[in-house]
Amino acid sequence: MLVLDGATVRFGERAALDAVDLEVADHEIVSVLGPSGSGKSTLLRVVAGLQALDGGRVLLGGADQRGVPAHRRGVGLMFQDHQLFPQRDVGGNVAFGLRMRGAGRAEQTERVTELLDLVGLPGAGRRSVAALSGGEQQRVALARALAPRPRLLMLDEPLGQLDRGLRERLVVELRQLFGRLGTTVLAVTHDQGEAFALADRVVVMRDGRIAQSGAPVEVWSRPASEFVARFLGFDNVVAARVTGPVAETAWGKVPVPDGSPQGERRLLVRPGGVRLVPVEEGPAWTVESRTFRGSHVAVRLRPVDGPPLDAELPLREVPGEGAAVGVEFRAEDVVVLADDIP
Amino acid sequence: MAVPVAFFALFFAWPVASIVERGLRVDGVWQFGRFGETLSRPEILDVLWFTLWQALASTGLTLLIALPGAYVFARFEFRGKGLLRAVVTVPFVMPTVMVGTAFLALVGRGGLLDELWGVRLDTTVWAILIAHVFFNYAVVVRTVGGLWAQLDPRQEEAARVLGASRWKAWRTVTLPALAPSVAAAALMVFLFTASSFAVVQILGGSTYSTLETEIYRQTVVRFDLTTAAVLTMVQFVAVGVVLAVHARTVRRRETALRMVAPEEAARRPRGVGQWALFAAVLLSVALLIVLPLGVLVERSFATSHGYGLDYYRALQTPDPSGTFLVPLLDTIGNSLRYAVVATLIALVIGGLAAAALTLPRSRLRSRGGTPTAGRLVRGFDALLMLPLGVSAVTVGFGFLITLDEPPFDLRASWILVPLAQALVGVPFVVRTMLPVLRAVDERLREAAAVLGASPWRAWREVDLPLVRRALLIAAGFAFAVSLGEFGATVFIARPDSPTLPVAVARLLGRPGELNYGQAMALSTILMVVCAVSLLLLERLRTDRTSGEF
Repeated sequence: MLVLDGATVRFGERAALDAVDLEVADHEIVSVLGPSGSGKSTLLRVVAGLQALDGGRVLLGGADQRGVPAHRRGVGLMFQDHQLFPQRDVGGNVAFGLRMRGAGRAEQTERVTELLDLVGLPGAGRRSVAALSGGEQQRVALARALAPRPRLLMLDEPLGQLDRGLRERLVVELRQLFGRLGTTVLAVTHDQGEAFALADRVVVMRDGRIAQSGAPVEVWSRPASEFVARFLGFDNVVAARVTGPVAETAWGKVPVPDGSPQGERRLLVRPGGVRLVPVEEGPAWTVESRTFRGSHVAVRLRPVDGPPLDAELPLREVPGEGAAVGVEFRAEDVVVLADDIP
Repeated sequence: MAVPVAFFALFFAWPVASIVERGLRVDGVWQFGRFGETLSRPEILDVLWFTLWQALASTGLTLLIALPGAYVFARFEFRGKGLLRAVVTVPFVMPTVMVGTAFLALVGRGGLLDELWGVRLDTTVWAILIAHVFFNYAVVVRTVGGLWAQLDPRQEEAARVLGASRWKAWRTVTLPALAPSVAAAALMVFLFTASSFAVVQILGGSTYSTLETEIYRQTVVRFDLTTAAVLTMVQFVAVGVVLAVHARTVRRRETALRMVAPEEAARRPRGVGQWALFAAVLLSVALLIVLPLGVLVERSFATSHGYGLDYYRALQTPDPSGTFLVPLLDTIGNSLRYAVVATLIALVIGGLAAAALTLPRSRLRSRGGTPTAGRLVRGFDALLMLPLGVSAVTVGFGFLITLDEPPFDLRASWILVPLAQALVGVPFVVRTMLPVLRAVDERLREAAAVLGASPWRAWREVDLPLVRRALLIAAGFAFAVSLGEFGATVFIARPDSPTLPVAVARLLGRPGELNYGQAMALSTILMVVCAVSLLLLERLRTDRTSGEF
């Protein structure tokens, strides 16, 4: 459906998109994840035709989009803060795209009713958009983007401004909705939870380039680089020398999975892969802090020398602050990271 | 941006430059020595000094009287607020000739005060100062009051909770927030009063002369173009400086302030102090604004044998003395026709300029913006204000000497008058449109584009509904100032089709009760036209979405 081929956009010296290659298949939901300034919004604007390319191509349904203005691309875009038209009511907003395509009045009315039902706002057509809550605005924006049946729907931080509970509920609703409609979706977000919950495939961006692309489980369990690991919230990264099934680190000897790259590397230990044992040999670790997290307790451990280590422990196994403990690592929660792209 | 720039180059810069050249270049040699020579003449120095101090005094007096008014309009809720706001705005959109006339009827020979107590203020500086306050009251109330109404009162409350007294809270929280807008209003008033023409001409008589009236006198009476050119240059530089300062304060004002909807901050006056203030403001409005307007109307009906419509009737017949080739009533039609055309020109030019001023901004923002481009935009912004402060007399006379040969042989054409009037209307259109256009989020247009709207369709569907109201308001102001334009029109209006203000000025310049009465009658008609258009505007206006005038 969508192909980006070496897409490049420069703002002065800085490349907002640096030769990005990306494909989105029909009916696929792809989430682009990255910190602010990583170029993910520019990516959407390029596809929508709101931002001109400095190099490369954008293809939609196999056709090069060079010179095709935004209003002829037939894609949908849901803006970060919705951008509902303030002078129109809910129905007027949803019908806008249909009117632009010259749809008849009867067709507009029918489709507006259908979409408002679909997004869970039946009969809201006459309401003023100023009177809507954040979640309702979001639904109207979605209905407006879906109404003209775009071949590709793009979402820019779709749930960014909503509070946490609502966000978690809506992301599930969205995924079900897109699955039912068979919509092809390209969403960008800086929230990993949102991206992983919504998408068939996650693309992590950094400084205008793609840092990693893959299924949510794959990206989550095998971050490709220290950047991706840290962006996903993993801070247990340490320098290591890998030899066979063992890595030498400041945290002592750490077992690594079979087939890991060898030599001087960076190494990630997921907090769940840390286990506490009684102090037997070697230097002891100190429990620096404990934070109760509901299903588990996050413990920060301080070695005699080297960076601190985060561990997730079951509730009943937690030692007191200041206690001296020993540490063991589980090989399947250890990832030897590839070199970061500079 | 090209069209507005070309318009200003052709109809403003060129005529003014030509006048200056004609005055300062003799036989192909620039006579810059004339500057020193002219500026050391005592009578010229007197004019410069008087211009400066009367403008400063007018500005100070206006602030003193109008700031409490701004507070009342901003913070008090009372019945008839909209009507009162319209009333105080009437003088500002009234032709200056009429302002002079109204005060002549109040404080002049045979005026109300003369009849009651034998007090005459015309040919004193007081008449000029008070007339200036009358004229500029609305500038302060609208500019300062508009902002004041939207300042979040909770900021002041926060200061109170932190231990500041009421006065101290006002001084440390509200005043700094208001200061830039007060400064901006003061500069506008200064600009208007420093270049005031008709008011000084009518009320100052031969005793007082400002830069503007002196330019007129040198040009028309003495035909001393050199002196006029020198004075124009002096005025040009001074106005440039004032505008630069103004632009700076406006920029400072763009710092973020906490804003609330005006309705939230206003409430009914409470306590003796607030009611006293409220009453004082109402009284000052009554004395200063309603009384002169009322007297004007009264004089137009007061004939030598009691009240009657004699003067109005006289307007319908051709002038026996032959000064006017047509019945005076026709001047109303002329004025309206010219003003409509001038409004259309001002809307097109001003609209394009405002659009040009908003476009690069949004484009720059997405590219990180450069300070140079921002400065350029502000420079253009300030440039558009120049016609407000530069001698209309010079512009009018400049039109005559530059636009008389091909390809722009317009001297005999009626279009000359609306062109000159549009020049004054453009700054108002730009001022009104700019804040609204800037407030339209670029991404709304993008949202429309993605939904399939072509750029033109997006403009029609998104921008137009949002700016329609501002557009109407801008049109109203352009119409009012075009209607009242005098300094330039007096030169270029053809004798067989004078405009209303020109006719009023000519009538006042001639002796006789009938002429005086007819001037009052004409002025009354003009006032009613202005007031009606203003009231219509007031219905459309909300403080949030419109500019500062």
